[in-house]
Amino acid sequence: MSGARVGVVTFPGTLDDQDAARAVRFAGGEAVPLWHADHDLKGVDAVFLPGGFSYGDYLRCGAISRFAPLMDELIPAARAGLPVLGTCNGFQILCEAHLLPGALTRNASLHYVCRDQRLRIENTTTPWTSDYSVGQEVVIPVKHGEGRYVADEATIAELEANDQVVIRYLGNPNGSINDIAGIRNREGNIVGLMPHPEHAVEELTGAPSTDGLGFFTSILKALVNA
Amino acid sequence: MTLDTVHRAGQTPGERQPYTELGMKDDEYARVREILGRRPTSSELAIYSVMWSEHCSYKSSKVHLRQFSTKAPKSEALLVGMGENAGVVDIGDGWAATFKIESHNHPSYVEPHQGAATGVGGIVRDIMSMGARPIAVMDSLRFGAADAPDTRRVLPGAVEGISSYGNCLGLPNIGGEVAFDPCYIGNPLVNALCVGLLRKDQIKLATAPGPGNKVVLFGALTGPDGIGGASVLASATFEDESQAKRPSVQVGDPFMEKLLIECCLELFAADVVVGIQDLGAAGVSCATTELAAKGTGGMDVKLDLVPLRDPTLRPEEILMSESQERMMAVVTPEDIPAFTAICNKWDIPVTVIGEVTDTGRLVMTWHGETIVDIPPGTAADEGPVYERPYHEPTGQAALNAAGPDGLPRPTDLRATLLTLLGAPNVASKEWVTSQYDRYVRGNTVLAQPADAGVLRIDEVMDGATPTNRGIALATDGNGRYAKLDPYAGAQLALAEAYRNVAMSGAVPLAVTNCLNFGSPEDPEVMWQFAEATRGLADACRTLGVPVTGGNVSFYNQTGSAAIHPTPVVGVLGVLADVRRRVRHGFPEAGARVVLLGETHAEFGGSTWADVVHGHLGGLPPAADLAAERALAAVMAEAAERGYLSGAHDLSDGGLAVALAEACLASGVGCTVSLPGEDAFTDLFSESSARAVVAVKPEHFDDFADLCARREVPCYGLGVTGGDSLVVEETLEIPIEELRHTHQATLPGIFG
Repeated sequence: MSGARVGVVTFPGTLDDQDAARAVRFAGGEAVPLWHADHDLKGVDAVFLPGGFSYGDYLRCGAISRFAPLMDELIPAARAGLPVLGTCNGFQILCEAHLLPGALTRNASLHYVCRDQRLRIENTTTPWTSDYSVGQEVVIPVKHGEGRYVADEATIAELEANDQVVIRYLGNPNGSINDIAGIRNREGNIVGLMPHPEHAVEELTGAPSTDGLGFFTSILKALVNA
Repeated sequence: MTLDTVHRAGQTPGERQPYTELGMKDDEYARVREILGRRPTSSELAIYSVMWSEHCSYKSSKVHLRQFSTKAPKSEALLVGMGENAGVVDIGDGWAATFKIESHNHPSYVEPHQGAATGVGGIVRDIMSMGARPIAVMDSLRFGAADAPDTRRVLPGAVEGISSYGNCLGLPNIGGEVAFDPCYIGNPLVNALCVGLLRKDQIKLATAPGPGNKVVLFGALTGPDGIGGASVLASATFEDESQAKRPSVQVGDPFMEKLLIECCLELFAADVVVGIQDLGAAGVSCATTELAAKGTGGMDVKLDLVPLRDPTLRPEEILMSESQERMMAVVTPEDIPAFTAICNKWDIPVTVIGEVTDTGRLVMTWHGETIVDIPPGTAADEGPVYERPYHEPTGQAALNAAGPDGLPRPTDLRATLLTLLGAPNVASKEWVTSQYDRYVRGNTVLAQPADAGVLRIDEVMDGATPTNRGIALATDGNGRYAKLDPYAGAQLALAEAYRNVAMSGAVPLAVTNCLNFGSPEDPEVMWQFAEATRGLADACRTLGVPVTGGNVSFYNQTGSAAIHPTPVVGVLGVLADVRRRVRHGFPEAGARVVLLGETHAEFGGSTWADVVHGHLGGLPPAADLAAERALAAVMAEAAERGYLSGAHDLSDGGLAVALAEACLASGVGCTVSLPGEDAFTDLFSESSARAVVAVKPEHFDDFADLCARREVPCYGLGVTGGDSLVVEETLEIPIEELRHTHQATLPGIFG
């Protein structure tokens, strides 16, 4: 699997970039740091948009990052099929960039929540989820204040009809519509989710599970087989 | 508007100055005049008044704090001791850790959210200024009674402040405390700890050597934050141009702080920093005087070059501003372009405001006119020192005499356990800790509710050696114990933090402390302080762990009612191989449950006396430091040899609460029988130096031998497994019932 290069983007205020890079390496890939201010994707095979508070979450989560120079390169590349995974703030950025539909709003509890979350995998056709099985239950941490997924009725209906919900909460932590924790685009190369798989890859650290590793092994297999 | 220059001060010796309003005593003001040989300018008065305040000068506590140095145990691990921004400890393989705890009590009462948030920000900058990457935070919080109306204002606000600031910085919050007592109503304690990591050869210090080197201010712009005192000064001396209403509490911007962290680390890596100091209390006054005093001795500063958020600020206000997220560095002229480029990369405002000199004077100008000309050491190091009078409080003897012996013992121990488990001080703190990110940076091995937070050492730094090492951290304090006996109370706080660190298998190395007390001008409070510092210094010596730094918070009182004396102690330990850490509680079925340590009937200041009887009297449990040391040695060796599957120390609520919490940790029950004659004492006594461990059955004999060798009493109580906590012939409680009782309390109060 070596040789697959996964870009990990750092915006000002990105927090989980070193964790994401470590998870990529842990799964056998090469993590390539990408800087928000560069017009350069460095020829990577896939991109991981990690969590954090890019630009301090000012205006709206992800609203400023969406205009970063790097995004000028990433948005067309993603539309052309480059595999992209955004977690937490990365998911918010993907929604702000209209690469995925809907929006992430303040948790229904009005509190930030960090917990080991039970989830169910709903779709394994994406390059990020192929190592899971449909209906598989996993535990992966969530940690966010703005993770409540919302969209208009038609969009939700379309997501469900097209099997675009990738992962769902078992015990909804934030009030997301239909317990949606993560979605994909129609083509499946772009996935956004609120949970943090990079915090569930090792027995020693993070959540008491290694259930997040599948996102990383999936993409590396997809890239090697491509 | 008149600028109060040095020249003018010389010509108007008799001008009345508002030193009393700035908190200075007559003799302190007289001393400033004597040092300068004239009256101070208003800017100089601003500097001396803040630098000689209790907060900055430690004038009431200094004579007692000296014991932490004079009685300090020899420690090969100590790289930087007291007196710097934070202590630094050698943790092996070329790595060093720096850590410190600091209070932000008063601001957190006035404005809980910003007060607590900027408390985190301030301690993080202390750690950065040692040259380290901050890697985790912890918070030790104390509030009035949980159901008091004001607690419902202060607690959610403080937690939200810590949550929003710490989470946005990307620092995992790996532990700490939340406690309640009516004595803290009106005086909540918000103590924040930060730990950082650096290479041993990379330590930075707050010093300004080398005449000709540039003084650089970088980070946030300076605004009118936290400068109530300076406004007094301005209104007494000047017209009202900058008299807009001032926020008395500083407002934090964690995004700026996150950028500042990354920026500082690049500056350190590029080796373009000669000396560095964060701007905290007393802002520019403190940074310039301290850097100059520790360097070549002189500094010229053009104060009008300080970039402002509010252009109407006067020099006195700039000197006293406590605007957050600012740092000051000393940089060689050749390195200024590289320094500036790195700041620009991170969008950090950067300004050269002065130069190091060898004149022995700190000279500041305002648009060309000299407004400050002082020997910096007189402000930074040579402040007043007081030998405050103290005596044992009236009523202390009566308090100690009114012990818990006469309190009716319970007949229903099952009900007693559930009552304690649901009491706010014992109940699950998940309502608080679930608002903190405990996973960011990917190195969290253990976090709340474990006894100690544990981190893997795995940072990307140039020239760093890969390692399997880990560090463990815990904070503890018990105001009730310290009220009964401040000497023993401080020792018990240290003992518990030390024991908590030991539970993970780590070897305790060093101590930081935050000493929260009432007014030092009250001889009874001062007695508590003197006793607590003496107790802590003695205990540090006995346990072989030096104090590396910390902070004193006085005046935690409303009217004449002071808080319980509350020394909060943080202990840092190291694990040679973090993969061998001991888990929290009972992680798996089939292990042998073993009680370590000796149990006596000790109920003074206990959770049982408090929750069931509302009683505080007698004496706290004896602090048996030799036993603590032996217990820690057993834990370290047992961890290394892989004997244990889990552990939990005994503290508030004794064995009963410890067993319940150990069962709740992973939902694994246990069946045990009690070793002593009296089930109540066995279950609820709070004797120190005890722990309950889950021993892997194949290592039971080895473990028993180890305990015998270290002379640690050990009692096989039973085995782990099942869905209930079963104490034979005494009580049986399903884990689900324990969980419900434990978890319902805080959400029930705070929503």
